[in-house]
Amino acid sequence: MDTRVLTKKLGLKERYSAMTRGLGWQTSYQPMDKVFPYDTYEGIRIHDWDKWEDPFRLTMEAYWKYQGEKERKLYAVIDAFAQNNGQLGVSDARYVNALKLFIQGVTPLEYYAHRGFAHTGRAFRGEGARVACQMQSIDELRHYQTETHAISHYNKYFNGMHKSNHWFDRVWYLSVPKSFFEDAVSAGPFEFLTSVSFSFEYVLTNLLFVPFMSGAAHNGDMSTVTFGFSAQSDESRHMTLGIECIKFMLEQEPANVPIVQRWIDKWFWRGYRLLTLVAMMQDYMLPKRVMSWKEAWEMYAESNGGALFKDLARYGIREPLGWKDACEGKDHISHQAWNTFYNFNAAAPFHTWVPSDAEMAWLSAKYPDSFDQYHRPRLEYFRAQQQAGNRYYSKTLPMLCTTCQIPMLFTEPGDPTKICYRESDWRGNKYHFCSDHCKGIFDHEPEKYVQSWLPPQQIYQGHCFKPGVDPTKEGFDPLLAVFDYYEMNVGRDNFDFEGSEDQKNFTAWRGEASANATQGDKA
Amino acid sequence: MSNVFIAFQSNEESYPIVEAILADNPRASAVHSPGLVKIDAPDSLTIKRETIEAQTGRPFDLQRLHINLVTLSGHIDEDDDQFTLSWKH
Repeated sequence: MDTRVLTKKLGLKERYSAMTRGLGWQTSYQPMDKVFPYDTYEGIRIHDWDKWEDPFRLTMEAYWKYQGEKERKLYAVIDAFAQNNGQLGVSDARYVNALKLFIQGVTPLEYYAHRGFAHTGRAFRGEGARVACQMQSIDELRHYQTETHAISHYNKYFNGMHKSNHWFDRVWYLSVPKSFFEDAVSAGPFEFLTSVSFSFEYVLTNLLFVPFMSGAAHNGDMSTVTFGFSAQSDESRHMTLGIECIKFMLEQEPANVPIVQRWIDKWFWRGYRLLTLVAMMQDYMLPKRVMSWKEAWEMYAESNGGALFKDLARYGIREPLGWKDACEGKDHISHQAWNTFYNFNAAAPFHTWVPSDAEMAWLSAKYPDSFDQYHRPRLEYFRAQQQAGNRYYSKTLPMLCTTCQIPMLFTEPGDPTKICYRESDWRGNKYHFCSDHCKGIFDHEPEKYVQSWLPPQQIYQGHCFKPGVDPTKEGFDPLLAVFDYYEMNVGRDNFDFEGSEDQKNFTAWRGEASANATQGDKA
Repeated sequence: MSNVFIAFQSNEESYPIVEAILADNPRASAVHSPGLVKIDAPDSLTIKRETIEAQTGRPFDLQRLHINLVTLSGHIDEDDDQFTLSWKH
């Protein structure tokens, strides 16, 4: 008798509002400001949390249902890939080095994002924002797990993946992604959403997951393309959260605009610098190529990001400060980064190589204004040296930018032959930067960035040796002691691809198949 | 004027959705790359439940888009019958 009969099922909008709007309450034992102490101190003013709208309007029930379906699809592929020795079907063993960078530098960020969104969701007093953060936190944990599962299969056959979590906290170039995310999670909740949801997910994440995953498909890596697209299907929701959050802050209060603009300036640049690694993966590490970094940048950053900033102009938001320099960099950063890793490959647990003639021809076609002029001569010199038996490995440590932690490899705006150096003095110390924008970020919050854990400085201070190591002992080799601290297998994880164990194994496995086939022909 | 876009994994579930989008949005165009189909359209793009259902001959819940969705751009407006992406400038 008391059972209510609904004459009509609730529509999407009603279902969403019933779920999110009924969950919160005004606290009475403690004032709201004490229960939610973090959502005001950044200076962002919110007058009406009910204006927060999640345009996808997913309810928890629908969320679990669709996520469950995605997982079943994904694991069917991962299982099939493992059962059928999918690793033998990739275009070339060089390709696997892109996966090494992925598991070393990208996958741990998923876990940071999981923690960051759990923490940030707790900070908001509006239920709509809390629910969105909760779903994203669960998504990010899923990404961390599925990427680890999928790539663990490769770890059985290839070097350079066996200590990826250990490396993330120690190895020099992995401090680039690590410090990026630590910067974000140690900011306030609104800045965190601007950094990760908006600047990274909305403006930049397509560059990582779309052309690179399409590249994985093109190189025969079924399991990576499947986890990549499965993760990216969640990203669409995350991107939407990013743009909603920005619009929400801007619509609530005009005084929020300059705060948000400063965050956009900062986090666009931080994200752009981080993606240098992806640029290099795309142009140099995929044996079969789908599109160049430059083309991807034009499609996803310039054209799509351009549309976005035109759209936000009505709130008084302009394109990020570093936009023009970032667009100029599209001709150079992948080549400059590859050059750096080629030189420091003794200290990096993945392989590098000089591209083949066909690959260089592709690079010159894709980079008509820069490759032949600035970057090809260096690669040809490296090749000549290698063929003469002089493969060079730098044994010193690079100088890093205090903000982005990338070695000083970027060039002056307008002059791709001159390395860009900037510096700031703060409380008696000198700090170095790769660009005006990284310097600007430091100058605004020096108290934060003087705490940067810069690997070369830490190594020189003796913090990167195993306990009990005695640097005063005769014959002490500091670099080998650092590799031991990294738990890197010297000679297997590092150095040139040419002559590597990965190369020999892959050739032997492939050769086994063709040798058997040939014998079959004779019989 | 700017383009909005939406991309899906290239698979059997996505084809009727892509067909429906191209039928309902005459100015939209699809670009195929490995594993992926991306549809671009000037200003706005609408996905209609009814058109997808007419393609497949069975009921379709628009939120199933999430399963094969890869990426999108533009502001979203979604209800039970349609899903629209648009720019407001």
